[in-house]
Amino acid sequence: MSPSVLWRYGRPALVLLLAGLAVGVPLWLVLVTSAKPQAEAIKPNLDLPAHWQPGSNYDDAVGQGEMLRGLLNSLLVVVPSVVLVLILGAGAAWVFARRRSRLVSAAYALCISGLLLPPAVITIVMELRQLGLAGTRPGMIAVYTGMYLSTSIFFMTGFIRSIPMELEEAARIDGAKPSRIFVRIVLPLLRPVIATATIMVMLYAWSDIFYAFFVLGGGERATLPLGLYKVASAQLYLNNWHLVFAYVVVMSLPMVAVFLVGQRKIVSGITSGAVK
Amino acid sequence: MADTVVRTRKQPAVTGAPKAVGRLPRAAVHHPWWFALPAVVVFAGFFLVPNLLNFYYPFTDWSSYHPDIAFAGLDNFRTIADDGTLVRAIRTTLLYALLAALFQNGFGLVLALLLEDDTRFNRFFRAVFFLPVLISALATGYVFQALLDQDGAVNSVLGADVPWLGSTTWTLVLVTLIHGWKWMGLSMLIYLAGLKGIPGDMLEAARMDGAGPWRTFWSVRWPMLAPALTFNVTTALIGSMNTFDIVQATTGGGPAGSTEVFNIYMFRVFGQGLYAQASAMSLVLFLVVVAVAVPLVVGLRRREQLL
Repeated sequence: MSPSVLWRYGRPALVLLLAGLAVGVPLWLVLVTSAKPQAEAIKPNLDLPAHWQPGSNYDDAVGQGEMLRGLLNSLLVVVPSVVLVLILGAGAAWVFARRRSRLVSAAYALCISGLLLPPAVITIVMELRQLGLAGTRPGMIAVYTGMYLSTSIFFMTGFIRSIPMELEEAARIDGAKPSRIFVRIVLPLLRPVIATATIMVMLYAWSDIFYAFFVLGGGERATLPLGLYKVASAQLYLNNWHLVFAYVVVMSLPMVAVFLVGQRKIVSGITSGAVK
Repeated sequence: MADTVVRTRKQPAVTGAPKAVGRLPRAAVHHPWWFALPAVVVFAGFFLVPNLLNFYYPFTDWSSYHPDIAFAGLDNFRTIADDGTLVRAIRTTLLYALLAALFQNGFGLVLALLLEDDTRFNRFFRAVFFLPVLISALATGYVFQALLDQDGAVNSVLGADVPWLGSTTWTLVLVTLIHGWKWMGLSMLIYLAGLKGIPGDMLEAARMDGAGPWRTFWSVRWPMLAPALTFNVTTALIGSMNTFDIVQATTGGGPAGSTEVFNIYMFRVFGQGLYAQASAMSLVLFLVVVAVAVPLVVGLRRREQLL
């Protein structure tokens, strides 16, 4: 067989093998374990459940894990954070991409420094206490927004620089003011990169436990990941993998849904924002 | 505090704007500063200010044990240096970041090359390999704990009894492999974007000159991937110095502290109420990240220009 024929058939075969081993096996483990009774799930394996009970597992995860409250808390924190990151980021990126001066470059450099620098999580707690925002949702939203603004500003600035200025100028000649140009021309053009930034920020904020632990703690306002942590840490005497994985499935579904909806735009946004 | 920082920086532009519109530079009229101001204020207030405070609190005795905060000099740093955690945390975190970036980029590049053509088959499997990115890092950690536990799925398939997560040498490597697995989909997407950006006639020309696939890769495609590589290596290396969830869920920092990265230490010590000591570690993390990031970005950028 010639190398090109081998490559033509070997490549899909290799892809299938890798996908099965690397993604299929872990996914299978999660799904079957989440449908097993506790006695079968204590030692996790890849066998099908002898006794299927997905319903009662998911019920327990919702009940014991206080999943609904966690879901609501997550939404109340993540959605406003994403909206703020996008709106504030787009406004800033527009100015940073279009204006040329030393002050603008300095402000841009400062604003994307968050891509590299680690957030000072301990002193954030101190600052929030002084502002009376410790343990509150606005406090958490402020922390996420501050942390992820850099990502959206970086992606959006790169993208806006690739949009020809003539589009804006045409509208300006027709007498449009900056705010109108921003809303009617720049924002609609930003759609692909907004999709990218949305999924990135959502991903980070939706699955974050580290910062949520410091800012919100484990109480009333605990988000989904904190709930999962609690369920998993509760396994003092007996493993409850069946509940952990039921939790994992429910927690992951919203992100998978968001990705499926925005998939195409995400790829084009990454193409034009990060790699140029 | 945030307010003053910003106001002093923005004053010239803001006071200048409404006066004589005709005489201003066009940029100030067409792209006014106030579009950027809210973002700058929030970023300064909730990112820069905490990082500035982080240069003060590590030198105090701030903790949950007494109500007042007093200056304590280098006590906190002395404590973590003397009990050996400082050096160990630096070593563990750097090793973790290096290996995680290596695995994440390696897997991502291989996947991108395998799934490069825009066929329906490839598009489907790109989504499949992106799935781990969508699952939270904490959940990823639990999945692999269930797989690698001594009573777990891998040992039951192999019929073995290997303590995968119990080795003080190899468990760190294993955890970085998990980290690479979780994020390989993102690296793959960025490498794919980079591959797509290579002009077709360039590859055509290489083929005309008689270059095989191997030669084309090393002489044309790999150099053209430089911006994607810069982005991927930087985000992977810096991002994994900030790791927490995967390590916490798989090993919790063990065995015997061999996987205790900076954030695990902070989490543990903050939980004990020793806030200043935790923030001392946070300051060290900041300095280590800066020390790694600056030469890295400068070096990779220079490499891009050379290629």
